[in-house]
Amino acid sequence: MNFKRLLSLFIARNKEYYRDRSSLVWSFVMPPIIIGVVALAFSRGEDALFKVGTLNADPSVVEQLVGEQPSVQIVDYSDREQAITKVQFHQLDLLLGANQYWKNSDSMKGDVVEQLLGLASNPQWQAQSISGREVRYVDWVIPGIISMNMMFSSLFGVGYVIVRYRKNGVLKRIQASPVKPIEFLSAQVLSRFMINMCVCAIVFVVANLVLDFVMLGSYFLLVLSAALGILALLSMGLIVAARLSSEELANGLMNLFVFPMMLLSEVWFSLDGAPQWMVTASQFLPLTHMVQAARSVMLDGAGPAEISHHLLILTAMSAVFLGLSAWLFRWRES
Amino acid sequence: MPAILEVRDLRKSYKNVEAVKGISFTIEQGTCFGLLGPNGAGKTTTIEMIEGITPPTSGEIRYRGVANNPEFKTQSGIQFQATALMDFLTVREVIALFSGFYQETLSLEKLTQLCALSEFLERPAAKLSGGQRQRVLLALALLNDPQIVFLDEPTTGLDPQSRRNFWQLIESIKAQGKTIVLTTHYMDEAEYLCDQLLIVDSGKIITQGTPKGLLREHFGFTYIDLPEGAMAADLLANFEHSVTATGVEIISHNVDQTLQTLIELQVDLTSLQIRNPTLDDLFLKITGQNLRD
Repeated sequence: MNFKRLLSLFIARNKEYYRDRSSLVWSFVMPPIIIGVVALAFSRGEDALFKVGTLNADPSVVEQLVGEQPSVQIVDYSDREQAITKVQFHQLDLLLGANQYWKNSDSMKGDVVEQLLGLASNPQWQAQSISGREVRYVDWVIPGIISMNMMFSSLFGVGYVIVRYRKNGVLKRIQASPVKPIEFLSAQVLSRFMINMCVCAIVFVVANLVLDFVMLGSYFLLVLSAALGILALLSMGLIVAARLSSEELANGLMNLFVFPMMLLSEVWFSLDGAPQWMVTASQFLPLTHMVQAARSVMLDGAGPAEISHHLLILTAMSAVFLGLSAWLFRWRES
Repeated sequence: MPAILEVRDLRKSYKNVEAVKGISFTIEQGTCFGLLGPNGAGKTTTIEMIEGITPPTSGEIRYRGVANNPEFKTQSGIQFQATALMDFLTVREVIALFSGFYQETLSLEKLTQLCALSEFLERPAAKLSGGQRQRVLLALALLNDPQIVFLDEPTTGLDPQSRRNFWQLIESIKAQGKTIVLTTHYMDEAEYLCDQLLIVDSGKIITQGTPKGLLREHFGFTYIDLPEGAMAADLLANFEHSVTATGVEIISHNVDQTLQTLIELQVDLTSLQIRNPTLDDLFLKITGQNLRD
């Protein structure tokens, strides 16, 4: 590996990216638009129902308490931790257990429903107070949208450039120089990696200024999740670009990777309750691990141990994809 | 002069087609070597095998006497036909990029002067004219101060003035003792620039030698061209001739005598043209087709 050659290619690629206004616009303008639309769409028209969870509560007692309240929706839980987390993030207004109930002291709706059901004045019921800020849909979806943007930027960013270079003969010209494939590919990946990390950080900061979303965990872990996710997605893009010289075919193949990830990687909705095969299939997609790791860090304050399996899988995927793309790579269409 | 490049029994096969069928030749240092042939003759495949772009099916290529010489890539310069450049970089930046690939390079000033780049050094590569692009591609081929330069149809698509300017550039490179390997569709170009010619067709060598030597070997006559209608059809039987699109072409082994006969026959000589055979004629004669067909 000759670092002078790698550095020359890296600098040139960065300049090209900066001057290609269309990709610049795509990187910086699209995510805020999507986030803005999502924030607007889910900030209004909240349903009037109160959501009350039950955890090992006597159904007849619940019926007696809630039966005459049409504005209260009951959801049963068997997992105590999950149910309490829902209260913590304001996804449940109140949780009824056996002779005790949990409510979030930061939740206005929790206070209202407590009064509505007459729990505070009933000595049979013991109140358990939890605190935690509300997790809106926009908080939940932010890691998904930013990761999705990184997916597009990584797959198409690195893949399209190489396919275009091959099509118009630039790769052939570079092949005739002393540059080795590993130097060329490394420069492309490094350049795009650096750009995507910057774009990711800028979009995150700007979106946070506007929406003030939930971030409970460590920024270091969030950056690490983003870095490994971007690396895995870039490597995936390299595989598609390894031999093609048709942008149309490359576009089709990229979409073959993009659509399953859009649908199965929990960008827009959770796969809780989805068929098992769907959940299993999603585990083979790098975006799933990137989104889940980022979401765990941001919403659950997850530590290294809780997301280590995501990080390991992303590292393994990057290694396999990079190895495969280096093996498949040809300067010219075969 | 010592050989800088030796090619021995070079072959290339694709699926069902044998594009190059055992070609052997030697290129001497400091010469301009022309590789000519009609489209599909195998010249680009041959050149690309030498350049290391296409792997040969069999055969050997020796650079300075060494097969697979690792020095070749750093000591050669290549200008491909129809190669794009990085659209969003300026000419200066493209040159800086490629300069980064080599340990030692010519200075930007010298390249700018040699290839006349000063007018468009700050222009994006995507906005260059055909002639300007060719000059930049030539600069890229020369920036590592190569010992051997490959130029694949460097003047195709250029206007006559740009072609002439390009020839001057190539001559100045040659004057520095560099070896040039040129493929071209233009016979006048080959005749003007090349010291040695190799003509290939259907993957095989048809003939090789110096331009003058080849013309001497294949033609012992001069052409006398007359426009259509200058001579009655029955008089043509007195001459070895061929009918062309614009008139008649008399093949003369003795110009004085042929002219004397024409005068005696009272042929109108107002638009008569006498010309020596060119490489175009040679090419037509030995391949049976025009080079640009």
